[in-house]
Amino acid sequence: MTGKKSRPTHIRTVWFRLSLPMIICVASFMLYPFVYSLVLSFYSHKGLASSFVGAGNYVKMFHDPTFVKALGNNLLFLAIQVPLMLVLALFLAYLLETKDLKWVGFYRTALFLPCVTSLVAYSLVFRTMFQFDGLVNRLLKAMGFISAPLPWFTSRALARAVVILALCWRWTGYNMMYYIAGLQNISKELTEAAMIDGCSRLNAFIRIVIPQLKPVIVFTSVTSTIGTLQLFDEITMLTEGGPGNGTMTVSYYIYKQSFELNNNYGYSAAMSWVIVAIVALLSLIQLRVTREE
Amino acid sequence: MAKNKKRVSRVLTYIVLTLVSLISIFPCYWMFISAFNSTEQIVGGRMIPSTHLMENLRNLFDTYPIVQGVLNSMKISCITVMSSLLIASLAAYGFEKFRTDHSEKVYNVILIGMMVPFSALVVPLYRMMAKSGIVNTHAAVILPAAGSIFLLFFFRQNFRTIPDEILESARIDGAGELRIFATIVIPTMRATYAAAAIYAFMMSWNNYMWPMIILSSDAKKTIIVLVSKIVTSGYYPDYGVQMAGLVIATIPIAAIFMFLQKSFVEGLTGSVKG
Repeated sequence: MTGKKSRPTHIRTVWFRLSLPMIICVASFMLYPFVYSLVLSFYSHKGLASSFVGAGNYVKMFHDPTFVKALGNNLLFLAIQVPLMLVLALFLAYLLETKDLKWVGFYRTALFLPCVTSLVAYSLVFRTMFQFDGLVNRLLKAMGFISAPLPWFTSRALARAVVILALCWRWTGYNMMYYIAGLQNISKELTEAAMIDGCSRLNAFIRIVIPQLKPVIVFTSVTSTIGTLQLFDEITMLTEGGPGNGTMTVSYYIYKQSFELNNNYGYSAAMSWVIVAIVALLSLIQLRVTREE
Repeated sequence: MAKNKKRVSRVLTYIVLTLVSLISIFPCYWMFISAFNSTEQIVGGRMIPSTHLMENLRNLFDTYPIVQGVLNSMKISCITVMSSLLIASLAAYGFEKFRTDHSEKVYNVILIGMMVPFSALVVPLYRMMAKSGIVNTHAAVILPAAGSIFLLFFFRQNFRTIPDEILESARIDGAGELRIFATIVIPTMRATYAAAAIYAFMMSWNNYMWPMIILSSDAKKTIIVLVSKIVTSGYYPDYGVQMAGLVIATIPIAAIFMFLQKSFVEGLTGSVKG
């Protein structure tokens, strides 16, 4: 009898015992540092000394030209690169879903290949290709597009263009895979019926297919946005934030502030909370949009 | 007319796909063949391999502890994959098959953690490691990666397909939950584990920011952190050596991916379908 009575409680705590290692990991390496960084953000550090400054760090950063510039760069990359990449990914997924297309396997592997390369490796390859006397300038010149080599890494606009190109190269295939999976999940009957009624394939795609892909589109937009907000590896390898902070990002500035310049951990923590706030806001929007379904 | 138009759009489709595929492949191809070329040839825009591979490799191995770097990466990635797969899948099994109101709440709180940007954790994590005296150890790289929230989510999505009847009949036979997990869950979900392992291995192998911060001595560094230094260490770097280093750092991932591509793509995209 006692066995039967104690069984419900026993069952009710199984999930907890099974997930205990996970909970410990998340609590100690995610939750605790997360709260710790909020506390840190109210302190200022100089050398080994720290003093409570309240909201001082948060006020300071918006008067810090480098931070403002870094945040602006993050938003600029986001506004140009994310839409460009997602439209291209959707377009390629649409082309790959053409009826009776040959060599689909080859195209898919080729387009997914960049995702296998490490961020460090592809960034360094791009850095080498875009050198002043490098491959890209030579090719452009040979094809007659330019008469003198372009200063890719000493012009602000061109350095930003290289970062955007590199990001698109690395991540388009990744997002395309999600669109292909999404396309394969929606029924083709509606599209086919519309095309029999005289609707063009592209028109049918825009009017009928894209609305059905909305959850996947929202998912890829939010993950790409979060990724761009945290841009770090590419900047370190490609441009080191230059020229003149023209490609500086918040993550790279946080790293420099805490580990290279002056170990001002409190200030770095405060800056990271700006990113946390933006990410939280975007996630809320995503939740709203997908809940409407 | 209509037939002609259709043919034109078909040809255009092939042209666009081929062109984009070539652009997609080219940097990888160029990295690979440039490992065979000298710096002058690379800068000069040579697009076929030459004979400088051995020279590049010799310079690379003489200047950097490459073998040690690969071994360090292997060690860190393997331990990370095994521990994170075990921890995440055990928890996913608990959350999916023993659901209660409390468990759902805890699960949702954990999932929010997926949104936390890593740069917000870097400073506190570094100070935690410094206080525990494990800066510049591999443990400091592995510990924060051991509880992967993405893997928890991924496993739970896939564990939905395990029929409860099988688990129930095992329970009637008197098997404990850990034994059911080891003898039923893991074998039936082999494909899910394979996809998760590739994903975790890639993430760990390619990880740059955290290992770069926490590992200070060359003997402890991962191969990715080592090769990242080749470009930043000299004013005019030896590109042939750099490309050889990048190829060595990329080969293990590329090999794993080529062998297991199908299960990886299917496994990952499967998790967004649900």
